[in-house]
Amino acid sequence: MMSRRGVIVALAVVAVMAAPACARRSKAVPLPPLPAPPQPPPAAVTPAPPAPRATERVEDLQPAVPALSEDSVANRSLDELNRDSPLRPAFFPVDSADLDESGRSVVSSNVDLLKKYTQWVITIEGHCDERGTAEYNLALGERRAVAVKTYMVSLGVAPDRLRTVSYGKEFPFDQAHTDEAWSRNRRAHFVITAK
Amino acid sequence: MHTTRLRMRGTILAVVTAAVSLWPGPDAATLRANGGQNQQPEIELVIGGDGGAPPRYAVPDFVASTPDAAEAARTISQVLWDDLEFEREFYLIPRDTYSSVQTARSPEQVPFASWRELGADAVFFGTVQRTGDTVRVQVRLFNVRTRQSVFAKEYSGTAANPRLYAHSIADEVHLQQRALRGVARTKLTFVSDRNRERLLGPVDNREVKEIYISDYDGANQRRITTTRHLNLSPAWSPDARAVAYSSFRNVTPQIFISLIYQGVLENATKGIGSNYMPVFSPDGTQIAFMSNRDGNPEIYVMNRDGSNVRRLTNHPAGDSSPTWSPNGTQIAFSSDRTGTGRPQIYVMNSADGSSLRRLTTGESYADRPTWSPAPFNEIAYSAGTGAWYDIKIHELATGQVRQITFSEGSNEGPAYSPNGKHLAFTSTRAGGTQVFTVGRDGRGLKQITRSGNNTMPAWSQ
Repeated sequence: MMSRRGVIVALAVVAVMAAPACARRSKAVPLPPLPAPPQPPPAAVTPAPPAPRATERVEDLQPAVPALSEDSVANRSLDELNRDSPLRPAFFPVDSADLDESGRSVVSSNVDLLKKYTQWVITIEGHCDERGTAEYNLALGERRAVAVKTYMVSLGVAPDRLRTVSYGKEFPFDQAHTDEAWSRNRRAHFVITAK
Repeated sequence: MHTTRLRMRGTILAVVTAAVSLWPGPDAATLRANGGQNQQPEIELVIGGDGGAPPRYAVPDFVASTPDAAEAARTISQVLWDDLEFEREFYLIPRDTYSSVQTARSPEQVPFASWRELGADAVFFGTVQRTGDTVRVQVRLFNVRTRQSVFAKEYSGTAANPRLYAHSIADEVHLQQRALRGVARTKLTFVSDRNRERLLGPVDNREVKEIYISDYDGANQRRITTTRHLNLSPAWSPDARAVAYSSFRNVTPQIFISLIYQGVLENATKGIGSNYMPVFSPDGTQIAFMSNRDGNPEIYVMNRDGSNVRRLTNHPAGDSSPTWSPNGTQIAFSSDRTGTGRPQIYVMNSADGSSLRRLTTGESYADRPTWSPAPFNEIAYSAGTGAWYDIKIHELATGQVRQITFSEGSNEGPAYSPNGKHLAFTSTRAGGTQVFTVGRDGRGLKQITRSGNNTMPAWSQ
């Protein structure tokens, strides 16, 4: 489904491609600024829960990930959804693209969400800490993203819902030069690209 | 083939439009035919130094024939001095020692005795004349002892870029005097975040990285992409008219080829898989690259238009950073197939990936190989040294390895100049990550970038 964000991106791409054609006279002319992104829509109001029935029902245990109400998922833009992402990142040991037990557990929870929201298409981003070379980290990030995709497919997610990309060490989540920062940067990061 | 027409931003610099030789000496073809050796023509054109020492060159200010040419004259003189000094074939006498020598306003006035006192073996005399937007530059190179002009040329063209005349003179003098292809007219390309633009998208705090080019000495740095996204790994085509790079503008990285002087953009990998690190073959007809299209990072080769994609490596490990041998028959690359999670350098045949063998044996970590051009046969790479990286060079004939940076910050990503005598690389020694150039012997360090963070340099023909 073409989201509003998709439309915004398409508009932005058109604006960037159209702008240089206007600067015909070969002098260095700055591109016109991109249109500002539209304001996000107001948050959906969560409706009051229904009154309890006469016969008692046992409540399900809450999952570790905060449950989204159907309304908030349906009404949020992709950007909003990704900012409070219900899909958590999976972290990796140094120099490794192998999912350990906690990594598999995180990915498995994400798979549960993907099975619930069957329209979601996601991109799995592979990231690395700053200590490898820029180029090798692109390959390592690829292997991390692909490892996660492979595992998700093995748990029953259709592969065409999962794109992979490596950002190597180009987009660290924590810019500090500490072990803690590095461990936060060694991750597969999940981004919903369509819903 | 999918092409998109983009109008070029910025001025396209007009090139030197005419160069006329005023001296019928042996040309470059003759020098090459003589095996690159400076054979003895009837009149000795090559200027030697005292007792076999490198000849000492003086580059006094060129004379401005018209007052509005004064600035161009000064620029050409200084840049010519810098260009000659860069190759380290000659000793360049510092220009602030010339004050004792009388200024000549014509070739007949050149005070050879004074230059000899200063120890010069060779001295330039040049004039610059400006008419509106065009300049005319005349230059002679004199042998100070014999007082003979060994090189004489006239150039005319745009006044917009005086440096170009100096670069042309330097390259031609190196060719004549040393049978050497100078790099003064070559260019660098690299990745930069200096615009500090933010990527629009679902994750905050991501900075746009665009592709830039510059002259080999860092002048005229210009952006050549305006994608407002992440762009990496630029590589020059052998004709120096196109730059291939990996762009994330459509989420999964694709290899684009930008014909930078025509404003034309070609999408080579057309959305198939994720594609990184393109490198043109020496004959320019093919591109080697890394792709995950078959499930894990492997090395592929395709025709320049994106057709005939064929896979060369076949291993579940990550294979990355291809580089072509000078004659295009082999490809060196980086792989973590040892299973340690740390890469080493390997070599294979470019036709089909056969004869695959490991190159690096003494390194804890070796990545981003770059194969020198002829006449050298060596591979430079990023070597893990302690916590970070340094540039090392592996000579293929002898297996000897030498190190050319020594933990002045972290140093990685080497790229050879087209004459093999220099490398561009990135270093953290100056704050942020910056592009530097250095001789293949580790001497002659020069900082190229100063603004933002600049990575992944490549050097044109």
